[in-house]
Amino acid sequence: MTLCDRLFKSPVGAKMLMAVTGLMLTGFVLAHLSGNLLIFAGRDVFNAYAKGLHSLGALLWVARIGLLGAFALHLYLAITLTTQNRAARPVGYAHEATMQATLASRYMIHTGMLMFAFIVYHLAHYTFRVVNPEFASLEEGDVYGMVIAGFSSPAVSAFYVLSMTALAAHLRHGVSSLFQSLGLYHGNLNPVTDKLGPIVALIVLVGFSSIPIAVLTGLVK
Amino acid sequence: MNLDSKTPSGPIAGKWEKHKFEMKLINPANRRKYDVIVVGSGLAGASAAATLGGLGYNVSCFCFQDSPRRAHSIAAQGGINAAKNYQGDGDSVFRLFYDTIKGGDFRSREANVYRLAEVSRNIIDQCVAQGVPFARDYGGLLDNRSFGGAQVSRTFYARGQTGQQLLLGAYSALNREINRGSVKMFSRKEMLELVIVDGRARGVIVRDLVTGEVTSHAAHAVILASGGYGNVFYLSTNAKGSNVTATWRAHLKGAGFANPCYTQIHPTCIPVSGDYQSKLTLMSESLRNDGRVWVPKKKGDTRSPQQIPEDERDYYLERKYPSFGNLAPRDIASRSAKEACDDGRGVGPGGLGVYLDFADSIKRGGEDGIKRKYGNLFHMYKKITAENPYKTPMRIYPAVHYTMGGLWVDYNLMSNVPGLFVLGEANFSDHGANRLGASALMQGLADGYFVIPYTLPNYFASESLAKIDTSDQAFKAAEEGVRQRTKTLLGINGSRTVDSFHRELGKIMWDKCGMARDKAGLEDALNKIPKLREEFWQNVKVLGESENLNQSLEKAGRVADFLEFGELMCRDALHREESCGGHFRTEHQTPDGEAKRNDNDFCYAGVWEYKGAGQKSTLHKEPLAFENVKLATRSYK
Amino acid sequence: MDITLHVWRQRKSGAEGKMETIEAPGISDSASFLEMLDIVNERLQAKGQEPIAFDHDCREGICGSCSLVINGEPHGPEYGTTSCQLHMRSFKNGQHIFVEPWRARAFPVIKDLVVDRSAFDRIQQAGGFVSINTGSPQDANCLPVPKQNADKAFDAAVCIGCGACVAACKNASPMLFVSAQVTQLSLLPQGQPERAKRVLAMVDQMKKEGFGNCTNQYECEAACPKEISVEHIARMNREYFRAAIREESPKEGHGGE
Ligand SMILES: Cc1cc2nc3c(=O)[nH]c(=O)nc-3n(C[C@H](O)[C@H](O)[C@H](O)COP(=O)(O)OP(=O)(O)OC[C@H]3O[C@@H](n4cnc5c(N)ncnc54)[C@H](O)[C@@H]3O)c2cc1C
Ligand code: HEM
Ligand code: HEM
Ligand code: SF4
Ligand code: F3S
Ligand code: FES
Repeated sequence: MTLCDRLFKSPVGAKMLMAVTGLMLTGFVLAHLSGNLLIFAGRDVFNAYAKGLHSLGALLWVARIGLLGAFALHLYLAITLTTQNRAARPVGYAHEATMQATLASRYMIHTGMLMFAFIVYHLAHYTFRVVNPEFASLEEGDVYGMVIAGFSSPAVSAFYVLSMTALAAHLRHGVSSLFQSLGLYHGNLNPVTDKLGPIVALIVLVGFSSIPIAVLTGLVK
Repeated sequence: MNLDSKTPSGPIAGKWEKHKFEMKLINPANRRKYDVIVVGSGLAGASAAATLGGLGYNVSCFCFQDSPRRAHSIAAQGGINAAKNYQGDGDSVFRLFYDTIKGGDFRSREANVYRLAEVSRNIIDQCVAQGVPFARDYGGLLDNRSFGGAQVSRTFYARGQTGQQLLLGAYSALNREINRGSVKMFSRKEMLELVIVDGRARGVIVRDLVTGEVTSHAAHAVILASGGYGNVFYLSTNAKGSNVTATWRAHLKGAGFANPCYTQIHPTCIPVSGDYQSKLTLMSESLRNDGRVWVPKKKGDTRSPQQIPEDERDYYLERKYPSFGNLAPRDIASRSAKEACDDGRGVGPGGLGVYLDFADSIKRGGEDGIKRKYGNLFHMYKKITAENPYKTPMRIYPAVHYTMGGLWVDYNLMSNVPGLFVLGEANFSDHGANRLGASALMQGLADGYFVIPYTLPNYFASESLAKIDTSDQAFKAAEEGVRQRTKTLLGINGSRTVDSFHRELGKIMWDKCGMARDKAGLEDALNKIPKLREEFWQNVKVLGESENLNQSLEKAGRVADFLEFGELMCRDALHREESCGGHFRTEHQTPDGEAKRNDNDFCYAGVWEYKGAGQKSTLHKEPLAFENVKLATRSYK
Repeated sequence: MDITLHVWRQRKSGAEGKMETIEAPGISDSASFLEMLDIVNERLQAKGQEPIAFDHDCREGICGSCSLVINGEPHGPEYGTTSCQLHMRSFKNGQHIFVEPWRARAFPVIKDLVVDRSAFDRIQQAGGFVSINTGSPQDANCLPVPKQNADKAFDAAVCIGCGACVAACKNASPMLFVSAQVTQLSLLPQGQPERAKRVLAMVDQMKKEGFGNCTNQYECEAACPKEISVEHIARMNREYFRAAIREESPKEGHGGE
């Protein structure tokens, strides 16, 4: 077995890759969240931030490719591992019971898939801007205006909030779990890592959801 | 029957060393050519199979459980003895030898016991090298505890799970050999017949417990390490599957059965709670260090223990044995409990129990002190009985625990059938009429790791053994016999279940051939058992198929053998007109109720030879000589 | 007490099976769960029906034979207890009790409630040992082990190989079992020379047996009758990572020992 096989094909190695890619994605999400929250600082600050990001040039592409790679690998492993897991129990129990597994941990593939759908939509929404034709009428670089316009539809906002709930659930388990996968679950560390998932989940849920809600309620215009 | 023990000559301390040098060897390149069958994967079987595989022999190992790791040795709790003298408290090989001989009430063979004491030290080294996690002290060195029957701390332990840890060590050694291809493991296979060709043990017939397939396996030698027969009593501390089948089948093929009546009754077990009871659970003997044993003075007293005032309690062990008190040896403590209950003063359901009371210790050292020492035992007791032993005294009662008797073997652990070796609890060799605590694990591993690897090659090198295969007529006939028996059992279709026969046999054995035996009772049992056996073969109900997993069928075969074996056990107990160790004949006691040995007439191992169905077995004697320890009467007053 | 059992009945491996309802009136609440099954079996046989097959041997919680999923929980409702140590007083009069076998592809049903757990043996055979011959190892006390490590190794060594962890895990993953084996030897000096090889081989075998992968749900820990902690899984993950990087791949033709 080569190192590559040990990482990609063994159950333990694959979990480590899951954890590393999950950590990268979580890092992006937290960074994205802090950037997005600048929207509360007003149009100019937010647009300047967006502009700043776009002016990173090559660096931006490196980050995008890295992220895309992590995402693809995360998705690939999620699907293969889940398929294997389902196959590992062909006949289920007539009387199911759960003793201590969290709900979030049991629906990782579902919340993950919802995230996939969300991201496709989200990219079409704000990055490729194919969902709302009216974005074309906005001033070049007015990302702020785009977000306001985008969330002015209650249906779109509702979908966002729903997706954020899924993301929060995914991270509620995922962020605590990645420490275990990386072998960092141990003694004094546990009280911290056990709480980290729920904390990150809460931050992500409240943080992201606040934006569409603020737009809909007219707090941000 | 040839009962030459083949004990080497010379002073006792040099016998094994000398013998090892004199025995012949097989060169490494030739070992592959020898096939060895090992029946059993307990401490004795697994250690033998692993070691012989490691030497290069071609080993097949069988067990009836689904994994070799589940052999009954896994259940041993207390510890394993070894004359390491790590505590510097005066232990030595000779002292362990002496204690074992005395503990066995002078009914074992000196040379074997000395060798056991000698190799006990290597066992600990071997196990530690395998990674067995024995208890350690803060300096990182091995810890010891003391155990019944000894004045030194020589017992190595692994929390309350010594047997488990030792067996997992042997299992890991076995796994290594399986991985290397030198041992083939056959789980869920039951040996049902020994095959003899030209007067030598050359193979076994086994039934696959999942598919029901009956197959033959040929080898140059057969090793039985199939454990003890305590389940003849139905209720015992043994695992449910423990049986006499392997050794009994060998006995029917000519192997002598030695001292079948020597059984050990453990004094501290949890009493029976109802007629559905399926097995008994041992509570470590160490509890007697802090608990006081008592029963009410009045017969049939149904008050709760707390309501019985101090002066209406009978602390009978303290009363009868003032110097040893509650720490009297196993056989004495057990017998006294039975006497109290027979007298109508037993406590709990059915009056079969005595109190083991910790109130005084708790008063002295507080509940925490007791919890620290025995927390897990108290927890287990509570789980089983739903009573809180911190508040109300425990109820205990003796239970069958170990069998000292077994197939007769010589110094090389070979039975009187050439090529048939017997190890562990299955043989009779080292414990005489009573085994000391923590010595069974020692013996199983000594036999498997350090004796058979020397004596088996010697047998191979000394005999010319033609290669045979399973097409031999003897195999075909034996296979047919097994199939026929299975068919018969399934075909009776009577009205009583196997368990009901087993229970009834157990009750007879316990009442008549248990803790105390007498002529009339044994004769009664000898009258009842054949009748019960006859009824079994007329009226047992075994449902299901032969070509499938069929647990009733498995049980039926084992109970059928117990029904024959139980009779031999009673016969042995009846013939031994003395009391020694675990064998107590009420006719032979001192005026104050102590066991009375008769060294003039019974200083021998009684070995029974099977003479055919319906014939009386005949008794042969291997005289025992005590040259290094003087014959003396045990006293614990 | 009176109870109603719903038991998985399957004639043999590969055959169709189904849940069967069996009334069990008049059971003493101080009978153990297995004794209750004994009673039911006696009654079934009296009616000419085949008894329910289930694995058991020691009946004192140490051999790891017994293996019943009771109301969806491997080894039933009591924490840190095997099926054989469970007593009927843990149930209510009139209760419906579902009894099913361990469910996993790697543990095929043999009959009724009996499954084939030989996959565990094969995982052990792949590397769960220290390669030493029987003979004359050094004196046991030449190998001191810090008490703390010895105790930790012991916490892992108490595993009885019952497979409840697999039965409980939603993914039928044996990580708790495998990690307990790996941990014990990786903490002891005796286990060091083969430390890397061992964990690689055992994880590899675990995959070959068709078990699922761990998603850190910790059901196994809740079901384990020996209360083995999932911290062992983290330790095994560390061990694996260390080994994956350090241990060279075996050359062709050398096959693992
Ligand atoms: C509760 C309890 C506690 C104990 N505690 C201690 C203690 O603290 N210290 C101590 O020294 N001793 C103790 N003992 C005694 C000790 O455990 C046993 O005597 C010893 O383990 C027996 O080992 P063995 O290898 O001879 O047989 P076992 O471990 O009984 O193994 C028998 C093997 O033979 C196989 N087998 C049997 N029949 C067949 C067949 N027909 N076909 C195929 N395979 C077969 C079985 O599958 C099994 O693998 C205790 C015993 C009990 C019951
Ligand atoms: C394409 C969509 C996604 C799918 C299908 C998916 C699926 C999964 C699955 C099945 C797991 C394994 C669960 C476990 O082992 O406990 C997982 C773990 C994880 N995921 Fe995702 N996920 C997706 C997207 C994301 C995103 C966008 C993030 C981050 C924002 C993320 C972060 C994590 C983290 C941190 C873990 C934990 C890794 C570990 O336990 O070691 N996932 N994901
Ligand atoms: C309310 C919540 C969110 C808002 C308002 C928001 C807003 C935006 C905007 C405006 C852009 C386009 C930036 C630009 O092109 O200049 C963007 C890009 C992006 N968003 Fe979000 N986002 C939200 C939530 C999320 C979440 C939860 C995720 C991931 C899980 C996500 C992932 C992305 C990605 C991957 C891009 C593309 C980045 C790139 O072009 O490199 N977003 N987001
Ligand atoms: S880890 Fe626990 S549940 Fe799993 S096999 Fe071992 S003892 Fe059983
Ligand atoms: S329940 Fe299963 S998911 Fe992992 S932590 Fe235990 S193996
Ligand atoms: S029967 Fe041995 S653990 Fe339950």
